[in-house]
Amino acid sequence: MHYLFEPGLFSSGPVGTALLVGAVVAVTSGVIGVFTVLRGQSFAGHSLADVATTGGSGAFLVGINQFWGFLAAGIAAAALMEAIGVQRRRGRDVATGVVLGAALGAAALFLYLGTLRTSTTGASFTVLFGSIFVISPDTVPALLAAGLVALLVVAVLARVLLLTAVSPDLARARGVHVRLAGVAYLAALAVSVSLAAVAIGAVLSTALLIGPPATALRVTKSPGRAMAVSALAGLAATWLGIVLAYDSYYWPPHGHGWPVSFFVVVLVLLGYLLSFARPRRRRPPRSPHEEDDCGPAVSGSQTVLGRTHV
Amino acid sequence: MSELASALLELDGVGVRLGGRQVLSDVSFSLGRGEFTGIIGQNGAGKTTLLRVILGLVEPSGGRVLLDGEPLHGKARGRIGYVPQKLVIDPDMPLRARDVVSLGLDGSRLGFSLPSRRRRELVDRTLDGVGAAGYADARVGELSGGEQQRVLIAHALIGRPRLLLLDEPLANLDLRSEQEIVAVLARLSREHQISVLLSAHDMNPLLGVMDRIVYVAGGRAATGSTDEVVTSAGLSRLYGHHVDVVRVHGRVLVVAGE
Amino acid sequence: MFSPLMMNTWIAGSVVAVVAGITGYFAVLRGSTFAAHAIPNGAFAGAAGASLLGINVIWGLAAFAVGGALGIGLLGGEGRGRGARNDVVTALALVVMLGLGGLFVSFGTQYAEETYSLLFGEVFGVSRGEVLPILGLGLVSAAAIGVAFRPLMLTSALPEVAEARGVSTRRADIYFLLVMALATSMTVPVVGALLIFSLMIGPAAAARSVTPRPGTALALSVMIALATVWLSIALSYRTNWPLGFFVGSIGAAFYLIGLTARGMGDRRIRSA
Repeated sequence: MHYLFEPGLFSSGPVGTALLVGAVVAVTSGVIGVFTVLRGQSFAGHSLADVATTGGSGAFLVGINQFWGFLAAGIAAAALMEAIGVQRRRGRDVATGVVLGAALGAAALFLYLGTLRTSTTGASFTVLFGSIFVISPDTVPALLAAGLVALLVVAVLARVLLLTAVSPDLARARGVHVRLAGVAYLAALAVSVSLAAVAIGAVLSTALLIGPPATALRVTKSPGRAMAVSALAGLAATWLGIVLAYDSYYWPPHGHGWPVSFFVVVLVLLGYLLSFARPRRRRPPRSPHEEDDCGPAVSGSQTVLGRTHV
Repeated sequence: MSELASALLELDGVGVRLGGRQVLSDVSFSLGRGEFTGIIGQNGAGKTTLLRVILGLVEPSGGRVLLDGEPLHGKARGRIGYVPQKLVIDPDMPLRARDVVSLGLDGSRLGFSLPSRRRRELVDRTLDGVGAAGYADARVGELSGGEQQRVLIAHALIGRPRLLLLDEPLANLDLRSEQEIVAVLARLSREHQISVLLSAHDMNPLLGVMDRIVYVAGGRAATGSTDEVVTSAGLSRLYGHHVDVVRVHGRVLVVAGE
Repeated sequence: MFSPLMMNTWIAGSVVAVVAGITGYFAVLRGSTFAAHAIPNGAFAGAAGASLLGINVIWGLAAFAVGGALGIGLLGGEGRGRGARNDVVTALALVVMLGLGGLFVSFGTQYAEETYSLLFGEVFGVSRGEVLPILGLGLVSAAAIGVAFRPLMLTSALPEVAEARGVSTRRADIYFLLVMALATSMTVPVVGALLIFSLMIGPAAAARSVTPRPGTALALSVMIALATVWLSIALSYRTNWPLGFFVGSIGAAFYLIGLTARGMGDRRIRSA
């Protein structure tokens, strides 16, 4: 146990902050990730992550905390996606790819200009690969609040989002504002991506939004339980990742810890692979012509004589 | 049906204009309690459009729709149970049949529902009523077409509607499942005195259970009993060109004439 | 900007553009946009690892790119015939590759600069030592496509017909993925792993919007890619702004121009 909890782990300030922020990130991503899968909008998460790169770089250039850049860019992109009508299920498009390429190019520019301006060099790494150990304590309340708001929005819309996932037509017929709910959900997703970007970097953030939910889907059938499992899986990966990253300070190369994001994404993948250990029983498709009954199943010959008795 | 009882649903001279085209004009029919009516027509004839007008999703360009004697407005939605045509759902989705049915109670309300024994029993009873109790805990995406239809019917039913509206429930089903669904609907209609209004492109599976047919063609509709409406002369008038109605072994075929 | 010092840059850039234009054309034809994202991201880890070990980055790129290509090809193929089942594993594996690259980079001292150059490109630092491998790999990639041009076209455009004629689409898939891996290893040092997609797919998609004729579209794809890279080098030289920024923006601009050109062409045909 000593090797897992190296000296100083529990008294370290940055570690405490990391654990707290990590928890918020994991729970938010885990829950919202399940809705993302239900709505078939995983590509939206990818796109928002790329846009977040641009936002974080821009924030660095302008001199504000990267989180606000991630968030602003994410919300703007979410609004744009809604305006263009990208809410329906859509695969990865050439058009989106090219547009995102331009966004990443802009990120390159912002990082370059920002590095010139401030003559600090670390931003290229922290924007892309996370900065969970160097979060300034005054940002923490904002991060917590953002996560709570996103969770609240999703909690309020839970039933409506589930109904829309079953059938948007049906939801509309029941009086649901499908489009409005979709926009609110996209905004919550943007917040979730921004939080994940702070923790493990914009480029790796999708791991927390895809992995734990996918793991949960293999393990449980109920939506509520899927969200719980997803949040727990994300939490386990994040906390264990933080602990290992702290411990890695003592590993080679000495005096220089390994990045938290590396551990987190590896653990997320491992968690998903572990879920294959318990094979999911696939329901055998019911053959419509096997089992009972008399005579040919030809429509009309029996029903025309009177109501069919059941 | 008695003329004195006010109709549950009444369409009077309803017309619909979509994309600059007059899709439907002067459609009139009424539906009483516990009646079973089929909207029959070819693909593209306007059946789904008609259903969407009744659901309040499409504004009619003329005429009126009355539900229980009142024009359609938001609250009417509670009285209509809508069963959409098909679910396009991944087999992986964490949504069981019972989850879908449970959403029928309050899926359009904000917030989330806490599990309770009463809710669970109600869901179980409703699923049993449509013969779907055997797969209540299966993922909806893994169910066959007929099984999904039953789950969707249960979803619509649990809210105790007065009218069940189904959009092409028999499309994409094999013959056996077709028969089963029709039988389920007929029984529900009888047992709970629920009116059933569904659309189909083939009237044959419904011949034994329909009280009334609304035949849609050429942008117009003819209403009445099957024998009244489905005649060579009548349908030719509707279509605007000659069609022959052929009855073979109790089945009805509509074929284009020369 | 045409000094002898810059010649390496112009040569490397041109070779990269030609290869990206050709490979990208087939990628768009086959719908392999996923592979065009995935292979460079995987290669990033190889590049970072090679850099850590002190060997030429290109070999690390090549090793991981080829490995990734084989992995994708054997797990489920690419292009439109891809099964959706492996999506989560491939997506997570990709992210792990990126994370691994981040790990390797973090061991070095110049980790921010290196992250930047591997992900966003760095053409001006192309030394003579790197120009030769780029040229070599470029020739090999071009030759590989030239040799297999007809089967590639057939399996890309009409896979069922190809199968009926005895041309294995599976083998064509893997072949093409390997070509992409080669192309990736030579283009990433110049344009960066995150921006390769813009250079490969943007010009090719623009070309295809303008004309469906294969020969013309292929040539146009190469020309647009060359134009993109040349403009980017010139502008980057003038402003000192990063090359990747110009590649991303100009690539997107050409794509939008292609779309509008098609829109206007369609309207003209319709009103005729």
